[in-house]
Amino acid sequence: MTPAVPGVLLAENGPDSFIWWAWVGDHLDEIWERTVQHVQLTVIALVVGFAVSTVLALIALRFRRTYTPITGFAGVLYAIPSLALFAFLVPITGLSLLTAEIGLVSYTLLILVRNMVAGIDGVPAAVREAADGMGYTPWRRFVAVDARLATPTIVAGVRIAAVTTVGLVTVTALIGQGGYGALINDGLSRSFNTPIVVGAALSILLAMAVDLLLVGAERLLTPWARAGRR
Amino acid sequence: MSVPAPLLAAGDSDPGLWSEFWSYLTTADNWTGDRGIAALLVAHVQISVVAVLLAAAVAIVPAVLLGHTRRGAFLAVSVVNIGRALPSFAIIALVLPVSLEWGLGLGFWPTCVALVLLAVPPMFTNAYTGVRDVDPGTVEAAVGMGMTPTRVVTRVEVPNASPLIITGVRVSAVQVVATATLGALVGFSCLGSLIVEGFAQQNDGKLLTGAFLVAVLSLVTEAFFSLVQRLATPWLRAPRRRARPARSDPPAVALDA
Repeated sequence: MTPAVPGVLLAENGPDSFIWWAWVGDHLDEIWERTVQHVQLTVIALVVGFAVSTVLALIALRFRRTYTPITGFAGVLYAIPSLALFAFLVPITGLSLLTAEIGLVSYTLLILVRNMVAGIDGVPAAVREAADGMGYTPWRRFVAVDARLATPTIVAGVRIAAVTTVGLVTVTALIGQGGYGALINDGLSRSFNTPIVVGAALSILLAMAVDLLLVGAERLLTPWARAGRR
Repeated sequence: MSVPAPLLAAGDSDPGLWSEFWSYLTTADNWTGDRGIAALLVAHVQISVVAVLLAAAVAIVPAVLLGHTRRGAFLAVSVVNIGRALPSFAIIALVLPVSLEWGLGLGFWPTCVALVLLAVPPMFTNAYTGVRDVDPGTVEAAVGMGMTPTRVVTRVEVPNASPLIITGVRVSAVQVVATATLGALVGFSCLGSLIVEGFAQQNDGKLLTGAFLVAVLSLVTEAFFSLVQRLATPWLRAPRRRARPARSDPPAVALDA
């Protein structure tokens, strides 16, 4: 972000401008606080979503028939617009963190479960046989061979889930949670441009930053993919 | 923000919520008039259809041409990544400052433009990937049979890519229907208005009616395009394929990215 410019220097820059730099300078603390909240809401959703998806994916892998109902259910959740899902939950769980996280976690399930199962399914049978032949127990083979070879696909899923979640967190401001959405909501409620522009721009930047971070994580976790490319 | 939470009564009030919802939904007066459910539903569908059509016009032709030349991979990947990073609420909210700045007013068109922006990336990516990944042998055979480049595109590449192209339209359409809901926050009356007003007036019946109708509309949109896909690609059904998880569906595209 461009550093705050005193309003005196830019005579035309004021409360009615697209972005009022003096306001930004005065509200750096609030902006930082919203950033922390946004990251917290995102991280909680991803960690819980990953845990729930792992359980669902393991069930789907162990009992094949459950794959279609599990992804079907997750697909219905995924198709319900976020505001509607939150609206369903608010009368029951209130305008709370719990409501926000139930919604956010629901949206990660389809992407994560599908990529986890596809990743494990993509492990070549020959590799499995080789591991069996080397005397791996089934569980150890799963952890040391299958899960590891599925990592790129799973991380690809985490990337999509993470970026989607960063975007959806802004919507949770409508049910009283924080994050950049609170800035946007504040601006909308009093037709004041600057917080809207700041909140929107920062949530886009955060989504891109998270995406880049996970690309880096993917490279670190799968060194063999780089070696093979040469 | 601390808001008095109407919770705790949750367990007991479930039947109450249900009847509030049902009575709001089934009261005829709530359906009629300028801001009745019927008018809001029509406005919601209208803006979604216009946005999807505009986005298709903008996205699909360039994507097919780029896919045909097998160039622009970097552009395609960038569109995917940027498209995924655009938070829908932020884009819709930006309608307000942008419209105020350039004096465009509020309502249908500003919201529609924001929806088009969100709808373009999935359509572009899927159409591009679909055409680019058509079996080169098939394309060569078509060229060998003397087809002109135009016919190769229209008779071979587009039909072969149609499952992915339609998937892209489906993903975009569902997203548009979902996001149009948020238009209620920037002065566009649609089903989202019921949710926003339901929150503001603490009217759970209205809130739940809005949520219910928006959810149904999204699921119907999804089902509609799945049906279109089945009807448009009969050859995919003929030999029963093994289930290939996540090949033609939205997250799968990102596997390639």
